[in-house]
Amino acid sequence: MTTLRLDNLNVSFSTEAGPLHALKNVSFDVPENRIVGIVGESGCGKSTLINAILGLLADNGSIDSGSILFEGQDELTTLPSSRMRDLRGPRIATVFQDPMGALNPVISVGKQMLNIQYRSPLSKEEKTARAVEMLELVRIPDAQAALARYPHQFSGGMKQRIAIAMALMMEPALLIADEPTTALDATLEVTTIELLKDLQQKIGCSVMFISHHLGVIAELCDDVVVMYAGEVVERGTVRQIFQDPRHPYTARLLECDPARQSERTRHLPTIPGEIPDLRARPAGCIFANRCDRVADVCSTPPPDENIGDGHIARCFVADTPAETGVTA
Amino acid sequence: MLSYFFKRLGLAAAIVSVAMFLLFCMIYLIPGDPASVALGPRATEEMRAALREKMGLNQPVLVQFWNFYIGAWTGDLGDEVLSGRPVTTVVFEQLPYTLALIVGGITWSVALGIPLGCWAAVSRGSWADRVVGILSVAVIAVPSFVIAIYALLIFAVELRWLPAIGAGEPGNLGDQLTHLILPSLAVGLGWVGYIARMVRASMLEVLEASHIRTARAFGLPDRTITYRYALSIAILPTVTLLGVGIGQMLSSAVFAEIVFARPGVGKLVYDAILTRNFPIVTGTVLITTVLFVLLNLLADLIIGALDPRVRSSF
Repeated sequence: MTTLRLDNLNVSFSTEAGPLHALKNVSFDVPENRIVGIVGESGCGKSTLINAILGLLADNGSIDSGSILFEGQDELTTLPSSRMRDLRGPRIATVFQDPMGALNPVISVGKQMLNIQYRSPLSKEEKTARAVEMLELVRIPDAQAALARYPHQFSGGMKQRIAIAMALMMEPALLIADEPTTALDATLEVTTIELLKDLQQKIGCSVMFISHHLGVIAELCDDVVVMYAGEVVERGTVRQIFQDPRHPYTARLLECDPARQSERTRHLPTIPGEIPDLRARPAGCIFANRCDRVADVCSTPPPDENIGDGHIARCFVADTPAETGVTA
Repeated sequence: MLSYFFKRLGLAAAIVSVAMFLLFCMIYLIPGDPASVALGPRATEEMRAALREKMGLNQPVLVQFWNFYIGAWTGDLGDEVLSGRPVTTVVFEQLPYTLALIVGGITWSVALGIPLGCWAAVSRGSWADRVVGILSVAVIAVPSFVIAIYALLIFAVELRWLPAIGAGEPGNLGDQLTHLILPSLAVGLGWVGYIARMVRASMLEVLEASHIRTARAFGLPDRTITYRYALSIAILPTVTLLGVGIGQMLSSAVFAEIVFARPGVGKLVYDAILTRNFPIVTGTVLITTVLFVLLNLLADLIIGALDPRVRSSF
């Protein structure tokens, strides 16, 4: 079964300068028990995607068309807000990027962990025991005493582990992790990733892991979705994307990863140009203005080319492997 | 926590000392002889000299200040000129009325201001938000004595719903409370506006915070998020504001007590100024200063109780 299936999702925001088309024809699946990585630069629509799934779009945002199907039965785009609220937490749990601000500063950790279990029929003692158990699972020392403490009394890494414990305590079907390790230093990042993978296997949930860190994606994820300017330009398994990228953007992105740099250079490679203005999307390929394989045909909308085994790229030249090794 | 408390208490004592010095200077510089005012035009020179001697007015200035300073710390603010009763007794007789008025004013402002501010914040940009905004500025702009006079005219004179003057029958709590409604409204109404604006602004800021997004992502009910998760943070600046605002409420209380002919320190000091009853004036001002400083300290302690981050920095 597929935990989450997005099909041709379109999201726009009304702004003073006209509508901003933030997500365009976004389709991908999060299969059961798999970890799907979403990768892309800042401003590629990752946060909008999360908010659309959670039903937490800002007041000026709206889902124009498409579907978000959860567990094969709940259509999240039309679900009443009260039903949506019942899914948030118990079925879809989220860990946000900023560990410093993710917990309420004036409510004790224990109280916050009890509050999110408000739907549970368990007694208060049982809920507390569950909170302690989860904190021990994420290796918070002296978990019982930690319940009485406040967020500012923990380090950033511990706060992020508490946030992970809170999310996984709900035993969700889908865990959305929005750059959960970006604000942490490198050593903490590795342990947090390992912890997350470990717990995912223990609890058996699907994970949507958002990151711009390609190394982390390669390490942790089963599938990868590459986003650019609100579109899914390529998706497939980690092996397909990292070893046989078909979309020129994916190829450029991989080149820009400092970890993949094999020769000494004075300059880190970058992709020249900027993301186009999303209030005036080009009719054709969104990447055309920065692409080194651009052709006349690129001024018309590119198809979602199926390369095989679920590897899909939104590009006219996707049937030939993208050139790599060309530094821009 | 305890060391913080004592540090603050020390600071409070310093503030009160400075206030005492300024107060003494002010009284000393006022022209006119308190003894001749107290005794009237028909008093003989000997009587005036005797009173001056008794009040210590013929001693050197610094000695007068020192006696005043030491006396004040030991609870002796001198005797009233007319009746000869101790000033502290006279002031403490009146103080409960004023305290009740201020507590009533705070109750009005908190009970109306906080829900209105929350309501305006969660329905930002709606007509409700705009109406609350306009009303807030309006009640802030109108002086409290104008509110007092209109409240008196409308609710006591025209509609006859509430009593117009006095503090109610002593010992009859219900009667005293009905006598408190209008004066405390006059004292607190402007503060409804301040608090509504303050709560709205800080609520809007807190509702944007990422921990609120976390709370929503866990599907917590809106009421829990607004009142338990957001308001418990947004309330903190309001507590500080109220601590400072006590001073302004004390001065509004003077007007309310005069308009509604209520007993209280405001009325007391007003009458004392008219009769040049200086010991009462200094005593009252000093006691209200101490009250103000202590209530500010209380506001800081309340913030410590509400905010664990502040508490651990004590």
